[in-house]
Amino acid sequence: MSLKVNHSLSLSNPDTNAINNQQKIALAIGFVGLFILVLALLNVDMPNKPLVLTSSLLLLTVGIVWFSNQAYLTKLKGIKNDGVWFKSISNRGVLGYLTGIALTVFYIVLYFYPQYLGLGKNGAENTGLVALFDPLSKLLSGNSASQWFVYGTLYTLAILAFGYKFILKYRHNRYQQLRTVSVMFFQLGFAFLIPELMARLNSDAFKLPYYDLKNIWPLNYYNFEKYRVDEFINAGTIGLALLLFGIASIFIITPYLTYKYGKRWYCSWVCGCGGLAETAGDAFRQLSDKRLFAWKVERWVIHSVLVFVVVMTTAVIYSYLGVDSTKYWLTKSVFLTSVVVLLTLVFAGTMLFKRHELGKDAKLGAIGYFVIIMALIGLHVFSDSTKLFIFEKETLRNTYGFLIGSIFSGVIGTGFYPIFGNRVWCRMGCPMAAILGFQQRMFSKFRITTNGGQCISCGNCSTYCEMGIDVRAYAQKGENIVRSSCVGCGICSAVCPRGVLKLENDSLKNRINPKEILLGNDVNLMNFLNKN
Amino acid sequence: MKHIVIIGNGIAGVTAARHIRKHSNNQITIISAETDYFFSRTALMYVYMGHMTFEHTQPYENWFWKKNNINLKNAYVETVRTTEKKLQLSNGETMTYDTLVIATGSKPNKFGWPGQELNGVQGLYHKQDLENLERYAPNNQICKRAVIVGGGLIGIELAEMLRSRNIAVTFLVRENSFWNGVLPEGESQMINQHILDHHVDLRLSTNLKAIIPDENGKVKSVIIEETGEELACDFVGLTAGVSPNINFLKSSDIKVNRGVLVNRFLETSVPDVYAIGDCAEQRQPIGNRRPIEAVWYTGRMMGETLAQTICGNKTAYNPGHWFNSAKFFDIEYQTYGWVFSKPKEGNAHFHWKHPEENLCITIEYNVTTQKFEGINTLGIRMRHEVFDRWLTEERTVDYVIDNLSEANFDPEFYKRYENNIRSYYQKLKEVA
Repeated sequence: MSLKVNHSLSLSNPDTNAINNQQKIALAIGFVGLFILVLALLNVDMPNKPLVLTSSLLLLTVGIVWFSNQAYLTKLKGIKNDGVWFKSISNRGVLGYLTGIALTVFYIVLYFYPQYLGLGKNGAENTGLVALFDPLSKLLSGNSASQWFVYGTLYTLAILAFGYKFILKYRHNRYQQLRTVSVMFFQLGFAFLIPELMARLNSDAFKLPYYDLKNIWPLNYYNFEKYRVDEFINAGTIGLALLLFGIASIFIITPYLTYKYGKRWYCSWVCGCGGLAETAGDAFRQLSDKRLFAWKVERWVIHSVLVFVVVMTTAVIYSYLGVDSTKYWLTKSVFLTSVVVLLTLVFAGTMLFKRHELGKDAKLGAIGYFVIIMALIGLHVFSDSTKLFIFEKETLRNTYGFLIGSIFSGVIGTGFYPIFGNRVWCRMGCPMAAILGFQQRMFSKFRITTNGGQCISCGNCSTYCEMGIDVRAYAQKGENIVRSSCVGCGICSAVCPRGVLKLENDSLKNRINPKEILLGNDVNLMNFLNKN
Repeated sequence: MKHIVIIGNGIAGVTAARHIRKHSNNQITIISAETDYFFSRTALMYVYMGHMTFEHTQPYENWFWKKNNINLKNAYVETVRTTEKKLQLSNGETMTYDTLVIATGSKPNKFGWPGQELNGVQGLYHKQDLENLERYAPNNQICKRAVIVGGGLIGIELAEMLRSRNIAVTFLVRENSFWNGVLPEGESQMINQHILDHHVDLRLSTNLKAIIPDENGKVKSVIIEETGEELACDFVGLTAGVSPNINFLKSSDIKVNRGVLVNRFLETSVPDVYAIGDCAEQRQPIGNRRPIEAVWYTGRMMGETLAQTICGNKTAYNPGHWFNSAKFFDIEYQTYGWVFSKPKEGNAHFHWKHPEENLCITIEYNVTTQKFEGINTLGIRMRHEVFDRWLTEERTVDYVIDNLSEANFDPEFYKRYENNIRSYYQKLKEVA
């Protein structure tokens, strides 16, 4: 029995020219590269590890590049979605499910059983796949590889090679090209090379924590844990600068950039998760769920994760602060009070200035979450302080790391690309996206403008929205799209056959503009009705 | 509470239904024999091309209709008996109405070609046409060559669809350049070249004489009028325009010409019966508009207007400035105001074309008053709102050229050509 859903109305296979001969060779080359990694995983003895690793990574790259050249350079430039829903890999067919299962298994092993990848425990020599990456790791940081180094290398390679593919696919569209070059740059430089090279600076007297500078709390939920903060502070001026940068990122840089450009400056130009989704995950963007029901679920899940991470981080920081204000100004009670004040300000500000922009359920949600956090803090203040809130902080920290950090962002977020689409994590789980989205919805100049009455309701925009936004629902009403979840990838605008959508930064006034009657009809009728 | 029955669940009928529901609690029924739910007709091509599934072309989720208390009825109306206010359905049922809205759209034109009813010969309009296309042209093994007859918007879309499955396409166009009854010469020629670039066998100034069947009553070949050449093919697409789909009204007392005749209030000759969308024919043409406009946007606007009238706010159909858009393979086309293939008397064209890329604009303006009449663009997106305002303000062509950047709607970081266009315009002015 075939799992494949036949989305064409055809009895025979409509996709007679799925891939050409050169693409078959390219695929074979790529799979040889992958096969070498599998051999390493099975502990096959490799004579010259640097050479074997290089050829494996090179074969993978050559395979992807060649395949992409054949896919796009043989055709005129333009939208390249022919046959997307006929292909097993991209329509939740057998290949899609197999890929999903393989990725999921890989993530489970990576997060929970790194020894199977060959990670040497307790100082033992690495074996297998991790050992294959030792030479590269030593070259960069001077240390042996870990499973995370293996993962980081493959992750970066995926963004670079599939980024190349994406650039070819959109070679008529400079917005797409620049954005892709940007995510490739930030992944290679900030996420991969800089932290590895920073590790070279470490000595017995000086140690910086592993720090991907673009990885901001709460995505980087562990940034303010005791060991990291200690390392930052002990590393003198540089360390302190990095710590301050981490804090400024949250409170100054992020809100400012989101105000100017929308959350896209991060989610589809800088972020590593977004980077993988936009490049390797591009083939799966059409699989996101567009139903209203999915949106309802999304809003509760993502904001619950945000509340979770706020509570968890508060607990973790609280636990290592002192009580004596003569030793250091930031004591437990000062910290807790600041958190309460900050959250109250955000809550009160929203309710005061923006409540008319919030739906009933959004208001209820905001009040609910606010009450829960305040109740937890109140419970603490009025009880003995061996625990923070009602949970042990380690329990909170570990639960978050397991449920959100590993299962949600890794196993489901990436492993399920071929099933739920490429942005499940960004849409449903990422607390950073929730904060940026909140800012985008409340006070950003960014919106997607719809072009008067030109929409023909075809549905390309909604189909290819990786965040599952029903873009068409807005476009066919002539209403600008101002949604917290929009990552500004710009694909809706690209695939629109009538030039209806444009990503823009403009004034805050009239950003949200529901219309009853669209442009093109009697001017008086439009004014009369749109007024109401 | 009135019972409002709408025949046809396309954009015109559905827009009317939605707006009637917004403004009243009348009982609403939409009848269609084509599909259970509203879908975007213009998106059918993307289903065949594999960009979307059919479900993606439905703008509203299936629960929408019940939630908004709009009844959907899958049935075919055979006759309308206006004296009894009754519809005779083909399944034997009847349905009574208080107000009737005819929004049955179009059907493909067939000009009496021999063999036009054969299997594998069809237009592209209804969902059933898509199903037949999947039957007769699912891939390039079953359909070795397709012939398309008629060089308009549907013809070129059908060519794009078939090419997406690598099916060889011969495109017979009556005119000596693609769609040059509408497009000015420069644009039409750019599209000719683009069609060839997509490996379509484009035959200009070529007519169809006859379609020849095989022994099973399926198309085997076509004969070309001019040369007498016989072209073997497995599929023939008839895309020489559309006409109102109103055969079922022949026996009724509703006055029809090519379409259902309506006045500016979209009223037919019979009280409480209205017609909107592709099937309506204006008794008095509005401005430069044709009496029958088979365009998505006009269908929608008529729906918006009629809902007002039905809900007690009698409103004349008064479309604003003309606009339209299309996509020819990879080239997007937009138009605002009126640009004719040859400038109207007293008017002239300004045409700018990029030396290499598929980008151009054509502006029509009045020679004496310099008034801006309209713009066509290929490959450059423009802002509807801005051109609509400029047309209302009756701006001059100079003003439009000088402020073109305000109207640009291309994605961020796209290369801009306003300066090239302006300097070319000024150079032409100096020469003149």
